[in-house]
Amino acid sequence: MISLARLDRMFQVGDQQVRALRNINLEIAAGEYLSIMGPSGSGKSTLLNIIGLLDRATSGLYRFDGREVTALSDEEQAQVRREKVGFIFQFFHLVPRLTALENVELPMVLAGIAATERRSRAENLLVNYGLANRAHHRPDQLSGGQRQRVAIARATVMHPAVLLADEPTGNLDRASGTEVVEILERLHEQGVTLVVVTHDPALGNRAHRRLRMVDGAIESDMQAA
Amino acid sequence: MRFADIAGFAWASLKGTRTRTLLMVLAMAIGVAAVVMLTSLGEGARQYVVGQFSSLGTHLVIVFPGKTETGGGFANTMVGRSPRDLTIEDALAVARSRYVTRVAPLSVGTALLSFGRRSREVPVLGSTASLLEVRKMALAQGSFLPPGDARNAVPVCVLGWKVREELFGASPALGQSVRIGDRRFRVIGVLATQGQSLGFNTDEFVVIPVASAQQLFNSFSLLRILVEAKGREMVEKARADVIEIIKSRHEGEEDVTVVTQDAVLATFDRILRTLTFAVAGIAAISLAVAGILIMNVMLISVSQRTREIGLLKALGAAPAQIRNLFFAEAAMLSLIGAIAGLLLGETGSLLISQIYPALPAGAPLWAVAAALGTALATGIGFSVMPARRAARLDPVASLARR
Repeated sequence: MISLARLDRMFQVGDQQVRALRNINLEIAAGEYLSIMGPSGSGKSTLLNIIGLLDRATSGLYRFDGREVTALSDEEQAQVRREKVGFIFQFFHLVPRLTALENVELPMVLAGIAATERRSRAENLLVNYGLANRAHHRPDQLSGGQRQRVAIARATVMHPAVLLADEPTGNLDRASGTEVVEILERLHEQGVTLVVVTHDPALGNRAHRRLRMVDGAIESDMQAA
Repeated sequence: MRFADIAGFAWASLKGTRTRTLLMVLAMAIGVAAVVMLTSLGEGARQYVVGQFSSLGTHLVIVFPGKTETGGGFANTMVGRSPRDLTIEDALAVARSRYVTRVAPLSVGTALLSFGRRSREVPVLGSTASLLEVRKMALAQGSFLPPGDARNAVPVCVLGWKVREELFGASPALGQSVRIGDRRFRVIGVLATQGQSLGFNTDEFVVIPVASAQQLFNSFSLLRILVEAKGREMVEKARADVIEIIKSRHEGEEDVTVVTQDAVLATFDRILRTLTFAVAGIAAISLAVAGILIMNVMLISVSQRTREIGLLKALGAAPAQIRNLFFAEAAMLSLIGAIAGLLLGETGSLLISQIYPALPAGAPLWAVAAALGTALATGIGFSVMPARRAARLDPVASLARR
C-alpha cells in the first residue's frame, strides 16, 4: 500500500539546513494499524504529512497504492488525497462558519458529488458516530469529543483506504479520547489502514505495529505479539 | 467541484465577514454609480444640444458673405478686395436650384419699436414667408409674412411673444399699427413662444419683409441666406450647387462661406461625446480604486483563512479549486456592488431629470454595460494575485498555525 525508500526531508531554517527525516525506509501493508511515536521534533508529523501527500520529500522514493507519488502533478496529488486519504488533526480543523453536517459534506463538495447524495451520506455518518442531534450545530457549539467525531466523519466520508491521525486525542479529556480511539479502531477493523502519530504511550501501544522515531530516523519498528 | 457549490461556499464566506463585505460592496457601488451618473449627465447634455440643432432643421444650408465668416475684414484690409454683398437676387437665384425647397434671406438690425407711448429697442429680422418653415417657428396668432415677391416692401410685421406682451399687454395686437424706426407697420401675426433656441430668442424680436428691412436700415446686403435642401441626403449637393450659383453670379469668385447645419451638429456631437467619454474615464478611476480595495480585502481574507485553505488542501482541494473559490468571492462582491451601484446611479439620474427636465438624462446602454464590465473585470482581475497566493499556500505550514 505504502512504500518509502531512502526518504529524506530537509527544511531551510534561516541559513541552516535542518534534516527532518533521514533515510526513511518503510513498508505499510493495506489494513495495518500502525503507531508512530517519539519525542517532539523527531519528525513523526513530517512523516505523516509526506505519507498523506501534504508534503513532498526532498529525496527518495514514495509509492502509494502502486503509483510513484513524486511523479504526480499537484492536481493528481489532490485527487489521491481526496479519494484515498483521510486526515484527523489534533486541533480538529473544522470550518467554524459551517455546521457539523456541512463540515462532513466538505470533501464531497470538493469531489463534486450531488447535493442530495452528499446530505444523506453525511447524515448517516453522523448518526453512526452518535451526533444525529448535533448535525446543525456549529463547531463552537460542540464539545471537543464531538468536534473530533465530526472530524472523523469528515475524514471517512469518502471511504479512504488510509486514515492518518496526528495526535487525535491530544486535545481531549480521557473519556472523549477513549471514545475517539474506539471509533478509529472500529474503522481499522472494517479494513482501513490506520496510522496514528502520538507521544502518548497508552494510545501508541494499542497499535499492532509501533514505530519509534528519534531525530528524523526510525529507531525501532516493533510488531506487537 | 460544482458551480453551485463554489458559489455557495463563496457566499457563505462573504456572509461570515459581513461588515467587510458591505463596505466593499459600497466602494464598488460608488464607483459604478459615478460612471453611470456622469455618463448620463454627459449624454444628456449631448442629446440636449443635438435636439436643439435638430429643431432648427437638419437639412439646413447657411450662406454667409465673405470666404470665411471672420476672414472678411482681414481680406479687405490686406488684399484690398471687398467681398460682394449677398443680395435678394442671390437668394432668389439659389431658390431655383433643383436641390433646394425653400430659401429665406436674412437681414438683421435693431430699431426702436413703438406703439402709443410705449417703445422698445428690438432686434428686427428682415426675411420672407419661407422663414417660418425654414426655422421651424410657430405662430400664436394671425399669419406670417405674406408670400410673394421678396422685393416688395410690404409694411407688415410679426411680433415675438414677449415683444407683444410688453407693448400691448392684454389688449389685442393684431391689426394695430406700430412704428419701427421711422416707418409704420401693421401687426399681422404673433410668434408662439419657443424660448431660447441657440442664442436666437424668437420671443424678443420682430420680423418684417426683407425688402422693408433693407429700406429701414438703408442697406442692400443680407446677413445670410438660409437654404433648406430637399432632403438630408441632398444637403451636400445643395451646398455645392449653392456655391456654383453664387459664384456664377459673382463673376466667378467664390466669395461666400456655405455651412451645413449637419456639419455644425456633427462637431457639437463629437465634442460632447468626447466630453462624456472623458468624464466616464474619470469616474472609472473610482472603479479602479474599488478594485484595489477588493485586492486588499482578498489578501486579508487569505491570511485570515490560512488554516481553512490548508484544511481544504488536506481534504483534497486542487490548487485550481482554491483559486476558483477566491475568484468566485471577488466576482460576487463586484457583481453585488455593481448592481447596487447601477440602482444608485439610475436613481441619481432619475433625480437629475426631475430637477432639470430639459436635460434628457439617462445613462446610455454602452455606459451601463461598460460600468458593469469594468466592475467585474477589476474585481476579478485584482483578485488574481490573492487567489494565486492562496492556491500556493503550503498546507503543512497553514495547518500548523493555530
